[in-house]
Amino acid sequence: MQAERAQSDTVEFDVRTDEMLINMGPQHPSTHGVLRVVLRTDGEVVSEVTPHIGYLHRSAEKIAEKLTVRQYLPYTDRLDYLAAMNMNLGWALTVEKLLGQRVSEKTRHLRVIVAELNRIASHLVAAGCFGLDLGSFTPFMWTFREREKIVDLFEEICGARLTYSYLLPGGVTAGPPDGWFGRCEAFLDQFDPVIDELHALLTSNAIFIKRTADIGVLPPEMAIDYGCTGPVLRASGVDWDLRRDGEPICTEMYDGYTWQVIAPTGGRYPDDHPYPPVPPEAVVGDSWHRFYVRMLEVVQSMYLVRQGIEKYSAADGELDKPIKIKEKLPKGEAYLETEAPKGQMGFMIVGDGSAVPWRVRIRSSSFCNISALPEICRGVLIADMSAILASLDIVLGEIDR
Amino acid sequence: MNARNIYDLLLQPFRPWLTGHDFEAIDPWIEVGGEGLPEIARFLRDQDELAFDVLHCVTAVDYFEPDEKKAAKVQWQPHLELIYHLSSTKRRHRLVLKVKLPRWKGDRPGELPEVPSVSGVWSTADWHEREVFDLMGVRFPGHPDPRRILCPEDWEGHPLRKDYQMPAEYHGIPAK
Repeated sequence: MQAERAQSDTVEFDVRTDEMLINMGPQHPSTHGVLRVVLRTDGEVVSEVTPHIGYLHRSAEKIAEKLTVRQYLPYTDRLDYLAAMNMNLGWALTVEKLLGQRVSEKTRHLRVIVAELNRIASHLVAAGCFGLDLGSFTPFMWTFREREKIVDLFEEICGARLTYSYLLPGGVTAGPPDGWFGRCEAFLDQFDPVIDELHALLTSNAIFIKRTADIGVLPPEMAIDYGCTGPVLRASGVDWDLRRDGEPICTEMYDGYTWQVIAPTGGRYPDDHPYPPVPPEAVVGDSWHRFYVRMLEVVQSMYLVRQGIEKYSAADGELDKPIKIKEKLPKGEAYLETEAPKGQMGFMIVGDGSAVPWRVRIRSSSFCNISALPEICRGVLIADMSAILASLDIVLGEIDR
Repeated sequence: MNARNIYDLLLQPFRPWLTGHDFEAIDPWIEVGGEGLPEIARFLRDQDELAFDVLHCVTAVDYFEPDEKKAAKVQWQPHLELIYHLSSTKRRHRLVLKVKLPRWKGDRPGELPEVPSVSGVWSTADWHEREVFDLMGVRFPGHPDPRRILCPEDWEGHPLRKDYQMPAEYHGIPAK
């Protein structure tokens, strides 16, 4: 029986048929936006993949040359719109780096809390859409139900549900309302057991493992070569996280916090967690690991939020006020990458002495992550394409800018 | 290793190609001549004490002031600047490389300036150089796939140039 099946597998892969070019997207639901991927297929096997991007290009860099750095903040919301807080944070820190400013203790902890909450929300979307792309609807509903609660918390703190514009250069728009931290903690308390459910639903699900383990393997050298970052890089076994390894202005934010960088270094994860183990079929760097890294990172972010709430209440002083709308920028350039949920988000600001930047550059993490797609999709089945795309967790708003 | 040490290491083999530096800048940078770039890049990546295995970003800045009144006040001559942000996961240091270019090759408007591609050294450069070509108008000889990336293939001009004029229409679609 086993031998028979093995034989039939080889037959299926060996039969060569006419090559066909298939357009996947730009309106395909599993391309997470307006991505077009041209597949050269031989039967069910994909022999070549060419991504075409730019359908969502909105000249974000050119617009920045017309506005002051504070006026530009809402545009950063629209880069990775699933993690707008982290985009705001990246922009705010880059401006602060250029101006040579540092924020107060209280502001720092509040930033950690909202940035990590948004990381949870972003990873939840990634996990839910992963399930959806593989044909199961339940994970999508369950993760969006939880994300909704984080979005509600954000709505309370800044009035917006998606495009927050909350973490401004120099400070925050306003402090959290009364009792907000209590509601944060209540959310975390009820979310804790839900993570187990999500793991039961996908991580150890036999179909999910079959569809993702050993699919789209990205070796660590290739990941570094292509500039892949974030969970995509860490799932390949590279222990690298800018919250710990970045420039001082990023790492100072997390001073005094205890947490772990999740990466299967040496093929093993930190194993002091109650979640399902790595299945034997999974290979480091495959789609399954990219999913698993995100799921474990959610737990780390929860630790960080809890610590942040504690530290915020203990911190002295006031929240910082943001910089002036027309704050003058010094002459010079500052480039800074921060650890956003999808990878390292970089901003470069060239100041010329006026309030409006001479040039702004946005280095997007998804842009680099997806540039490795042609390499990791060679020889996979068409059905695996959606699994690989989902595992990269791209957002087109950030790729096309 | 800081930028000054790296500069000292580069001096020996590449002295004629090192055209400037600023170690006091917010992000210390070293400026190199474009023709020497691939060799310097390979050296930076392969030398064990440097080990620059990550190219974060390739970008360009257009130094050109279209407003004549303001142009009289600026302190630079019009030029383009390519910027490469590098770092090393192994040695944990960072570096910014710069290449200065004329805005037009041979000062003939419309002829794009050229810099050898580094996509053979870091694959990140592949898409990033395509983007610089698309938006800023710099050619990268040696690039495996020199197409536009964000704008449509038949788009005219390079939008991030300071003297760029938006076309009045594109295939019958009013653009202004």
